[in-house]
Amino acid sequence: MGDFVQLVVSGTATGAIYALAALGFTLLWQASGTINFAQGEFVMLPAFSILWFVAAGAPLWLAFLLACVVAMLLLGVGFKSIVVDPLIRHGVIPLVIATLGLSIGIKQTVRATFGAEAHPFPSPFPSGQFMLAGINISYADVGTLVLAGAIVAGLQAFLNRTVTGRAMQACAQNTEAARVLGIDVKRMVLYVFLINAVLAVVAALLITPTYLAKFDMGDSIGQKAFFAAIIGGFNQTRGALLGGVLIGVLENLVGYYLSPAYKEGVALVVFLLVILFRPEGLLGRTEERKV
Amino acid sequence: MNRSIRALVAATALAVPLAGLAQAPVKIYSIVELSGGGATAGTNFDNGLKLAFKEINAAGGILGRKVDVISVDTQSNPGIAKALTQKAVDDGAYVVMGPVFSGSIIVSMAETKKAEIPNFTGGEAAGITQQGNPYVFRTSFTQSTAMPKVAKYLKDSVKAKSVAVMWVNNDFGKGGRDTMVKALEAQGIKVAADISTDPGQVDFSGAVLKAKQSSADALFVYTNEEESARALRELKKQGYDKPIIGETTLTGQKVIELAGDAANGAIAHVGLTADAPQPAIKSFDDKFQKEYKYKSDHNGMKGYSAAYVVKAITEKNKKFDGKEFAKALHGAKIAVKDYPGVLLDVSFDANGDLDRESFLVKVVNGKQVVTDTLPPAGGK
Repeated sequence: MGDFVQLVVSGTATGAIYALAALGFTLLWQASGTINFAQGEFVMLPAFSILWFVAAGAPLWLAFLLACVVAMLLLGVGFKSIVVDPLIRHGVIPLVIATLGLSIGIKQTVRATFGAEAHPFPSPFPSGQFMLAGINISYADVGTLVLAGAIVAGLQAFLNRTVTGRAMQACAQNTEAARVLGIDVKRMVLYVFLINAVLAVVAALLITPTYLAKFDMGDSIGQKAFFAAIIGGFNQTRGALLGGVLIGVLENLVGYYLSPAYKEGVALVVFLLVILFRPEGLLGRTEERKV
Repeated sequence: MNRSIRALVAATALAVPLAGLAQAPVKIYSIVELSGGGATAGTNFDNGLKLAFKEINAAGGILGRKVDVISVDTQSNPGIAKALTQKAVDDGAYVVMGPVFSGSIIVSMAETKKAEIPNFTGGEAAGITQQGNPYVFRTSFTQSTAMPKVAKYLKDSVKAKSVAVMWVNNDFGKGGRDTMVKALEAQGIKVAADISTDPGQVDFSGAVLKAKQSSADALFVYTNEEESARALRELKKQGYDKPIIGETTLTGQKVIELAGDAANGAIAHVGLTADAPQPAIKSFDDKFQKEYKYKSDHNGMKGYSAAYVVKAITEKNKKFDGKEFAKALHGAKIAVKDYPGVLLDVSFDANGDLDRESFLVKVVNGKQVVTDTLPPAGGK
């Protein structure tokens, strides 16, 4: 029983990181109809920028804040104005292809700059663990859960309880009506891109100590985040959280009780089951499209 | 006068290409993992052999011919490794170096065998040299040489009665696991847990939990570089307090860099280490660090020493002939006093396996410390 609980705790911590990246997926989709297949690279790039600032002598917290600024400029404003804005009017498919290209471009640029080898990444939490009711729990898992949980809770509060957050939701639900009500839709969409960039930096800070900073680390994260978003419901931010945690926990349990060989397939199997039996996602709403 | 100048120009014009032809560089292909899961191993191997051939070229080449090293990336993919080896054969390679990964060389060496081109590998899986291929040669120990030494250490020094074995599920790992389990049984040590992990695995929480639950006296870790670092980090995270023993990769330079503090205390049997006290190895370490601004791991030393084996055997044969090269290398002994670049006195057997001294190392404060030098398995 102790093993099971320990696996669930560490799986929830990993799942919370998937959830952060998945949240970005759902937010971008809701606000601007963008499916970003470079989401994994959006996590990888901040990992390297944090490393760069640390190598330049900045403490980890400062490197994290500076990486947030860089990410908001490059992955927020830059991504929106250079890739999304010119392409979105041509529909979803050209944008999907563009983000796939962007993913390859970012990966190869990082590979050319930092090399193909993995780089060590400092952990924001102390190593070691403590006993709680006979179960070993590591400080890193607790730290990850608390930080990721606080970010998700803070984001939910921002979206539901502030005027700007509600305006952003209004834009996601009905752009035309939001515009009629006097909401600056363009600005709200920009906010979403900025939030996505910051979520990616937080995910990078939490997952890279385990994954190690490597040019292709985004492949797996991007894929899991995408699956998590679909499993939970692409049009529900709470769904991304559920999808991420579900994948993280199931991966850990399958890896331990069955075989690590099946671990990577867990997300895909759950994804297929959801697509077959509940295509709108576990928490998603059925969307009707106007023709 | 004019006529003689014209004759001189014509003679020179004819002579230059002929001279160029006589001195055409000899092509050596480095087919290695420069990206993907084997990037650390492949990059080091490639850097080592490039440094060696740079020195060899600066000293006049081999039999007066310069060496042209052509490095290509297998992307850690056996299929690509095979295709690149075919390309090297078509391009007239004299010797092929690599791949480093066992899973790749097992597939690619058929091409060099067909073309009768000597093929050095960094792979350690026992099966590589058990297929009767007279053109494949190792640059490191086979697992059947290394594992009994580790098992003996576990029994005599660690006094372990049971050991948990954590291994990576690829050709390298499976070969190592099978050989190690046999070696442990031969020493009367019980395998308390048999823990398989995946190539490229990032989360080792389940694997480490299994090792802890097994209550074994020690843990033997046999995975590739990045996975070794992740395993060490997770072992530290979960507070694992039993001895952690490995073979070669566990205490590699890159693993220490990636694992940070978590590598401290790890012990491994290594065929080559840049921290060994031998003068030839110290000199290599200095030159490598000067060239690449980092410390080489064992793979860099494998590539470097293999390049000097190529020089030694070619000079012994006095010609560039792949078939003759392979014949001459079987049963050959190369001494450091004649070729310091081979780093340690080395001998090759009829299968292409090599034998030489080896070391036991421990990671102390982020550095490999040699705790013991073990004699060659075949004795001196």
